Amino acid sequence: MRKFFVLLTREVRSYFYSPVAYIVLVFFLFVCGVQFYTQLSFMNGQAVSYSVQEAFFNSVFFWFAFVLIFPLITMRLFAEEFKLGTIESLMTAPVRDWQVVLAKFFGALVFYVVLWIPTLLYFAIFQVITKQPAASSAGAYLGSYLMMLLLGMFYVSIGCLASVLTKNQIVAAIISFCVITVHFFSGLLSFIMREISSATRQLLGYFSAIEQMGTLSRGEIDTRPMVLYISMTIVMLVLTHQAFQSRKWRL
Amino acid sequence: MIKVENLTKRYAGHTAIKDLSFEVGKGEIMGFLGPNGAGKSTTMRILSSFMPPTSGRATIAGYDIFEQSLQARAHLGYMPENVPLYNDMRVTEYLDYRAALKGVPHRRISERVGDVKELCGLKDVEKKLIGALSKGYRQRVGLADALVHEPDLLILDEPTSGLDPNQIRQVRDLIRNLGKQHTILLSTHILPEVEMTCSRVIIINKGRIEACDTPENLLHEIRTAGGVVLEAKVGNENGAEELKKITGVRDVTATVDGEWQRFALRVESGADLREEVFRLAADRRWAVRELTQRRATLEDVFVEITHADDA
Repeated sequence: MRKFFVLLTREVRSYFYSPVAYIVLVFFLFVCGVQFYTQLSFMNGQAVSYSVQEAFFNSVFFWFAFVLIFPLITMRLFAEEFKLGTIESLMTAPVRDWQVVLAKFFGALVFYVVLWIPTLLYFAIFQVITKQPAASSAGAYLGSYLMMLLLGMFYVSIGCLASVLTKNQIVAAIISFCVITVHFFSGLLSFIMREISSATRQLLGYFSAIEQMGTLSRGEIDTRPMVLYISMTIVMLVLTHQAFQSRKWRL
Repeated sequence: MIKVENLTKRYAGHTAIKDLSFEVGKGEIMGFLGPNGAGKSTTMRILSSFMPPTSGRATIAGYDIFEQSLQARAHLGYMPENVPLYNDMRVTEYLDYRAALKGVPHRRISERVGDVKELCGLKDVEKKLIGALSKGYRQRVGLADALVHEPDLLILDEPTSGLDPNQIRQVRDLIRNLGKQHTILLSTHILPEVEMTCSRVIIINKGRIEACDTPENLLHEIRTAGGVVLEAKVGNENGAEELKKITGVRDVTATVDGEWQRFALRVESGADLREEVFRLAADRRWAVRELTQRRATLEDVFVEITHADDA
C-alpha cells in the first residue's frame, strides 16, 4: 500500500511540474467562467424554470470543453514513460504492475478533481452577491458533482488505456479523444434521429451522459449511472493492466 | 549471487541469447563483454525482471526472477543503459522517491539519500533539475539510484558510456570501491577498464558465451599473446627475414623511419624473445634504440574471440 501512495504522490506532483497542467487549468477555468457568465446573463433577461446550478451543468458549450480535457491530462501517463525509457527503471523497482496502473489512474483523477474545486466558488459568490440560492437543494450540488466524478473516472480510465497502447503521446491523445467523443455524442443520437422507436430511445438514454446529467443535476440521485460508470471504469482498468503486462511478451 | 541456467530469449524472428549459463559469486565484480547486439542488455534486462526469458531459469540472491520477482528486484540495484530519468524532478527529490519506492524505511530515507549523494559526488547538484544535468552527472544519479536501497547486487549496463576520461576514471574508482561490499555485474566496451576492475569476465558473442574466466587466464590462453618491438639500424640487411629465423616468431612487420627500421614481432603464446632478439642484433652489430615486449591486452582477447566466429 505504501508503494501505491509513493507512486500516486509522484503522479500528482508530476502534473504540476509540467506547463500542460497549468494550460489545462487556465483553459478549463476560462471556459467555465465564460459559461457561468453567459448563463447568468441569459437568466437575467427572462424567466426560466431551472436553477443557476442546473444551467451551469447542462449546456453544450461546457460539454465541448469537458471532452477536450481528458486527452490532455491522460496522454502522458504511460506513453511518456515508454518514450523516455523510464518504464525500465520503474518496473525494475520492486513494484507490482497493478500498483503502477492504479497510481496513474488515481493520479489523473486527483488532478481532474482539482480542476473542479474552483467552480464551487462560483456558486458561493453568486449566493453572497445575490443573496439567493444557486441551486434548488444541496442534493443538486451532490448530484451534479457526483456525475462529474463518475464520468471523469470513466473518461480518465479510457485515457489510461489509450496511453498504455502507444509510446506516442499524440497518438494516445487522438485515440482517447475519438473514443470519448463517440461515447459522449452517442447520447445525442436520440435528439437527432427523430424516427426511432421509443425502446431504442430508452436504450440510448441509459448511455447518454447528457440525460443522466439532467437527472442528477436536479438532485435525483439515480444509481444506474453509478453502476454503469463504476463498472465500465473497472473494465477499462483491467484492460489497461492487461495491455501494460503485454509489454513483457511484445518486447 | 546470480545463477543463470540455460537462459534463452527469442524475439520475433531472431534469437538474442541462446542457452546462457553462468554464475556470479558473492563479492565478485563480473565484467560482461561482447560486441553490440551480442545480447548483453537483453541478459541484463531479463535478470532485472524487466522482461521474461523465453526459456531457462535465473535466480538472484536465491530468488527466482520470474516466480519471486518482487523479492529478487528488492535485492537488486539496476542501472539501465542510457540511464532513463525523470527530467522534471530535482536530484534529491528523485532519489527520495526512488528510495521510498524501493522500500527504504521512512526514517532512513534522508540518511540513505545523503549517503549515496556523498558517494556519487552529487552534493553540488542536489537541487538541480535532472533535465539540466550533464551526461556525467546523469550517470551518477543513475548509479546513486541503483545504490540507494543498499542492494546486495548491482547490475550496471554500460555505466561509463559517453563519459569523458576523467569521469570514466571516477566511475571506475567508485565501482572498485563498491565491489568491496557488493556483487557487481557490469557491461562495458572499454576493455582496459575491465582489466582494472573485474575479477572475472564473460565474453558473449551472438547470444552465446564464448569465454568465462579471470582476465589473467584469458590473456594467458590467447594464441597471439602480444609480441616484441625492435627499432634498429640494420643497414642493407633484410632485418625482417633475419628476425623470422628466431624460433617462436610467427611473423614480422617492418616499417621504415629514415635510416631506422621498426619491427613488430608476433610471437608464440607465453614466449619472451627479447633476449634472442638482442643476441641477433648484437651479432649483426645493429644499432638498437628500442627493444620492448608488448603485452597482450583484453582487447586482443576480445577481438580474437569475437572475430573467430566471423571468419
